[in-house]
Amino acid sequence: MEMAKELNTALVKRKKNGKINIKSGNKIDKVVNWTIWILGILTILAFFFFDYTGLNLERAITGTFHNLKVMFLEPTLNHFSWGEAFYQVGITLGLGVLATILGAIIAFFLALMAAENLSKPWLSRSVRVVVALIRAVPTVLWVLIFAIAAGLGSEAAVLGMLFHSVAYLVKAFSESFEEIDPGIIEALRATGSKWWHIVVKGVLPSTFTYLLSWTFLRFEINFSVAVAMGAAAGAGGIGFELFMASGFYFDLREVGFITYAILIIAIILELVSTRLKNRYFPSSAQTV
Amino acid sequence: MNEKQMRKNRWQTTFFFIVIIIITYLSAAITNFHFIDSVKTIPKAFEWILSNLIVSMESLEKLPQILDKLGETVFMSIAATTLAAVVSLFLAIMGSKTTKVNNFFSAIARLIASFSRNIPVVAWSLILLISFGQNSLTGFLALFVGTVGFLTRAFIESVDEANQSSVEALTATGATYFHMISKAVLPQSLPQMLSWILFMIETNIRSATLVGILTGTGIGYMFDLYYKTMNYNLVALITLTIIITVILIELASNKIRRVIL
Repeated sequence: MEMAKELNTALVKRKKNGKINIKSGNKIDKVVNWTIWILGILTILAFFFFDYTGLNLERAITGTFHNLKVMFLEPTLNHFSWGEAFYQVGITLGLGVLATILGAIIAFFLALMAAENLSKPWLSRSVRVVVALIRAVPTVLWVLIFAIAAGLGSEAAVLGMLFHSVAYLVKAFSESFEEIDPGIIEALRATGSKWWHIVVKGVLPSTFTYLLSWTFLRFEINFSVAVAMGAAAGAGGIGFELFMASGFYFDLREVGFITYAILIIAIILELVSTRLKNRYFPSSAQTV
Repeated sequence: MNEKQMRKNRWQTTFFFIVIIIITYLSAAITNFHFIDSVKTIPKAFEWILSNLIVSMESLEKLPQILDKLGETVFMSIAATTLAAVVSLFLAIMGSKTTKVNNFFSAIARLIASFSRNIPVVAWSLILLISFGQNSLTGFLALFVGTVGFLTRAFIESVDEANQSSVEALTATGATYFHMISKAVLPQSLPQMLSWILFMIETNIRSATLVGILTGTGIGYMFDLYYKTMNYNLVALITLTIIITVILIELASNKIRRVIL
């Protein structure tokens, strides 16, 4: 009898008035509901805080549709040639490549320090804190801050973009390192290998393909970041041409042409990275 | 693994690294990037940051104005993300393999998502700026469009992952399409979707700064203004407030994520 009573209190959840609770008081549902409510309220509030100076909604909407029509149906080049266009796209891709590759090299070493199974707890924690701080500053601010010290140009852009690439890749790399079979490390340690041997012979071979895939995924992001830096921080490339075409020449046809160029490259990069994701991360395709 | 294979692998690795080095070299050549110069600028840059980017007492007087603009930016990104999530939900249900009505709508949903995602936020904000002018709505719409593309792709993945058998069970009881969505698909994928929404809010606050610089709104405009007038104390203060905001939002969403996932 006493056993049954004990079981009963453990298994049946009751409300305060003694009724059996049919909805299993699920904390998850509660938090989900609360979050959705709060986001909804904040969204409604947001429209009261916006600054609507000089907005004529009707004209703006029809104007935008007209602009989009001109852009996408009649793209032409007026201020530069096809060759120049390819060259500018090349610059943007080049900025992306440099930031990604240099970022991957730096991130590899930092990730070794950040991975819990390869490093000391205090070191791993401090690397993570620094990475979180770096991530909190938007890329464009990094680029603009570096532009003062290094002068406007590719150096400032690459260095600024490097920060976020490193932060992103350290997170991804260190997670890949932590997932490797502890047996590999243990076996190498038992033979008396040094830390550096463990990294080169044990960790690197078993994670290499993951590291490469992550690096490529970051390259996809860095391409659009490079476009943005061209436009907002004067880093050159196709982004800067886009900024000039829309902000200075008001040439919608050229804006359309540049947008198509960016779109095509972005779609190619996306196709490649989707294939990589499906091949190497079938289950965890969404750990960002 | 025999010896022949090992040798082949080694060759492949070497070849691969050579290709990478060539690509890096070409990129450096086309962008006019000098490795040694840029390494030299790093200590110089940090020296400059430490000696100039200091929050001074007089810059603190501008704090209320900065917080006002920062609030506008935060609200802008939350509103853009939440509304984009609503649109993405419909597009994802249309586009997902599990819940699609027919192939035609599915293809359209995926096409819209791909189109809005692959045109960068910068392009959207410059396009919208032409007719919407310099106000919050421009930034809001630019973020909104980019977020729809990204969230639709993420939501389609979440819906696809939902358990097929519960959908089948409900269909077998004669449940309608809407019952099936609201009782089988949504409850399963909602936590995952919410996690994506939180991630997107974090990302959008950072992008909002960029969009603000381009469209002249929010905290991005403030930054650009003081950056161009070389008032670096205020630049430091603005950067600091952005860092604190982003970290606070990250901490909050990590806490929520830990409970719901």
